[in-house]
Amino acid sequence: MLLIQIHNLPFHYFEFVKPIESILSAQNVSYESLHYKKVSEYSIYDAEKIIICGTSLKDNAFLNDVSYFQWIKQYNGSILGICGGMHLIGLTYNESLIKQQEIGLHSITYKKEFFKEHGRKEVYELHNLCLKPKVFTILAESEKCVQVIKHPQKPIYGVLFHPEVRNKNIIASFIT
Amino acid sequence: MKAGVLFSGGKDSVYATYLAKLNDIDVACLITLNSENKESYMFHTPSITKVEKQAEMMDIPLIIYQTKGEKEKELNDLHQAIRQAIDRYDIDAVITGAIESAYQASRVQKICDEEHIDCFNPLWQKDQFELLHELIEHKFDIILTGVFCYPLGQSWIGRMINQEFLTDVTYLHEKYAINVAGEGGEFETFVLHCPLYERALSVIHKKIIGKRNAWSMEIEVE
Repeated sequence: MLLIQIHNLPFHYFEFVKPIESILSAQNVSYESLHYKKVSEYSIYDAEKIIICGTSLKDNAFLNDVSYFQWIKQYNGSILGICGGMHLIGLTYNESLIKQQEIGLHSITYKKEFFKEHGRKEVYELHNLCLKPKVFTILAESEKCVQVIKHPQKPIYGVLFHPEVRNKNIIASFIT
Repeated sequence: MKAGVLFSGGKDSVYATYLAKLNDIDVACLITLNSENKESYMFHTPSITKVEKQAEMMDIPLIIYQTKGEKEKELNDLHQAIRQAIDRYDIDAVITGAIESAYQASRVQKICDEEHIDCFNPLWQKDQFELLHELIEHKFDIILTGVFCYPLGQSWIGRMINQEFLTDVTYLHEKYAINVAGEGGEFETFVLHCPLYERALSVIHKKIIGKRNAWSMEIEVE
């Protein structure tokens, strides 16, 4: 299992990476946790599953580094991109981002089942941008944004909200 | 990076300050909202005037901003306090000790976004047991200044957070689902000493008020 960090201000580790590491540790899953600029090809292709973490509203320098993520198209394992991680997955497939802010608890509606989730759910949001997918299938939406996407053929998923806050079961289901 | 810490004097905001310093953040000021409303949704109230002593022990400037603590209006007061910190100390980020409260965290995030500054929540989603273990391990001297739920009562006021406390509160967690770190509002704390202080603070006067399972202790420290 590989956890990819996208924050460029190290102090954001505690808010956006550590909670996910804690979920993996609680499930007894062994993992490697690396910043995207330090990830080697070996780490990527050795991992069965990859989670790309999010970061803060202001810490968005990762959006200028999409070239570091071209491996997403060649990788054959499962990927879960969270918030900024979802943005990066979309951008590698030339999807577009639009400005749309959601902060705090919001309701989303699943159109299709996603790791046992369905119907209407409350999630924690923290974003100023969202994807307008053309290639990816939409699995869930809020009033304003596409919330969950899946690649049409591959096990590549993106969630705009932060499942590590109120929906830890999504991460637990993804890793098991 | 220069940051202001939203500071209540309780264990979470003091530990957030400690982690910030450990991670090379320049803590330029502490920001304290002094709420007249003891039931405030946003701000911890007992012993809040004692934060001046804590700031002095850490040698960090303190901004105290008065608020009536009326829901939603107090957010405007928080915004004004943060703006004052930006104007006076040129901060580029705010740090909070938020752990679970989406209500508190999201409102601070919105204010920071409007002010174009960053927001750090280094305790966000932290496990309640892990937090207490770390505070004990890092030699934080913390006392309970308020208890607000069954079966906590007057005998818990003034207790130190130590191994004995952890044993007792773990038993209550198993029996009554109490959050051992007080994140459900079960109790409030004051930090008498930690590695950031020049010396430990002592309680020189205390007044305990309350009934049944809701007790508060006003303290004077030196």
